[in-house]
Amino acid sequence: MISRIIFTEATTQNPLVPATPDLIWSSVVFVILLAFFWFRVLPNFKKTLDARTDAIEGRLAEAERISAEAAKQTAAMASAQEDSRAEAAALREQARVEGLAIIAEAKEQAQAEQARISATAKAQIDAEVQAALVTLRTEVGTLAIDLASKVVGASLQNDKTATAVVNDFISDLEGGKKK
Amino acid sequence: MLLSNALNLAANAVGLSTSGDQFDPPSIGEFFPQAVLFPGTIFEMNRIMMIRILILVLLLVIFSLWTSKFKKAYKNQQFVPSRFQLMGEISLNFVRKSIAHEQLGEKDGDRFLPLLATTFFIVLGMNITGIIPSLNIAGTSVIGLPIVLSVAAYVTFIYAGIKKHGVKFFKFALLPSGVPKVFLPLVFLIELLSTFILRPVTLALRLTMNMVAGHLLLVLCFSATQFFFFSTIVEGFTKAFGVGTFLFGFVFTLFEILVAFLQAYVFTLLATVYIQLALADEH
Repeated sequence: MISRIIFTEATTQNPLVPATPDLIWSSVVFVILLAFFWFRVLPNFKKTLDARTDAIEGRLAEAERISAEAAKQTAAMASAQEDSRAEAAALREQARVEGLAIIAEAKEQAQAEQARISATAKAQIDAEVQAALVTLRTEVGTLAIDLASKVVGASLQNDKTATAVVNDFISDLEGGKKK
Repeated sequence: MLLSNALNLAANAVGLSTSGDQFDPPSIGEFFPQAVLFPGTIFEMNRIMMIRILILVLLLVIFSLWTSKFKKAYKNQQFVPSRFQLMGEISLNFVRKSIAHEQLGEKDGDRFLPLLATTFFIVLGMNITGIIPSLNIAGTSVIGLPIVLSVAAYVTFIYAGIKKHGVKFFKFALLPSGVPKVFLPLVFLIELLSTFILRPVTLALRLTMNMVAGHLLLVLCFSATQFFFFSTIVEGFTKAFGVGTFLFGFVFTLFEILVAFLQAYVFTLLATVYIQLALADEH
């Protein structure tokens, strides 16, 4: 049935043989569109796509550059931090050493002061002892002289023994002082 | 005037003016309608030629719009495409990426892209008219256009081969290495036939016959529907057959959309593969 359908009028036209106008109009359509696509559509299409690719790659590169810069800054900050930490440590160490030195010096000073104070005290005590001795001697001498005068005055004519005792006493005093 | 003529002829084509009560099956005459303009000259124009011109204009208009979008985007350095621009990019990238780059690589793909893109969009545009109401016949269903396209593909793949390999191209194509000497004459004949004769012929015939068969099927379905519903010799319950033939027609219309895309894809892909084979170093 299909063959009957197709070939009932096939005697007039063979569908496999192109008519001249058919070829002409086909060529016109083809040539116009080929030129149109070749010289107008595709170049602009490619230009746009390439520009977009460039832009995307450019932005990627820019992002990469920025992140590299950020990394560099981070590194710089870290090294600065490290530096300041080291500096702080050095300062602390120095302070500790200085502190020790100060303490040592203070100790030394304190000792010196102590020595000085004790020396002064001793000297004062010595001086006072000396003064006391002098005073004492003077007073004892006076007392002794007084006593002696009294004893001598009262009983010298009576008792020769008493006179001997007083003399012994005084010589004892002098001997104790020498000692 | 042209438009009303075209509409009348379209009405003819879908069988609306089926004369009398007899069932008129579609015939090959469908593809040779009467001349509308310049009858008798080599520029004779019937409604199929007018459909081609219409599609030519449509393609020019839509791709011009897309091109101006591309240009504007480039000029303004606007890299986010609008929806309309994206449609154009997807259409062109289908040919560029899925067909050309896939088969030929980026460099050669771009080299032959003008021919491939032209071929694809002509075939697609001309095929789709087969199911557009009031056009109702594919611009590719008359063999002239498929012949022009397959000749272009033929010339291009031979050009590609000669450009790449010089005269050796024919040796590669016709006398492949590694074939025993005894078989060389036979292989030569087979290769000559398949590469240089059958390739262009099958390209053109496959496309034309697909469109012819699709058109005849649709006309058969819809003119039968017309016959069952409105003929006076069909009576009573028999009229219900018209529902079946209409449904068939509807389904085949959808199928024809698929065929239109598929044939455009196949034609372009085969042209690309032929170019790729011509560029290949060894066969």
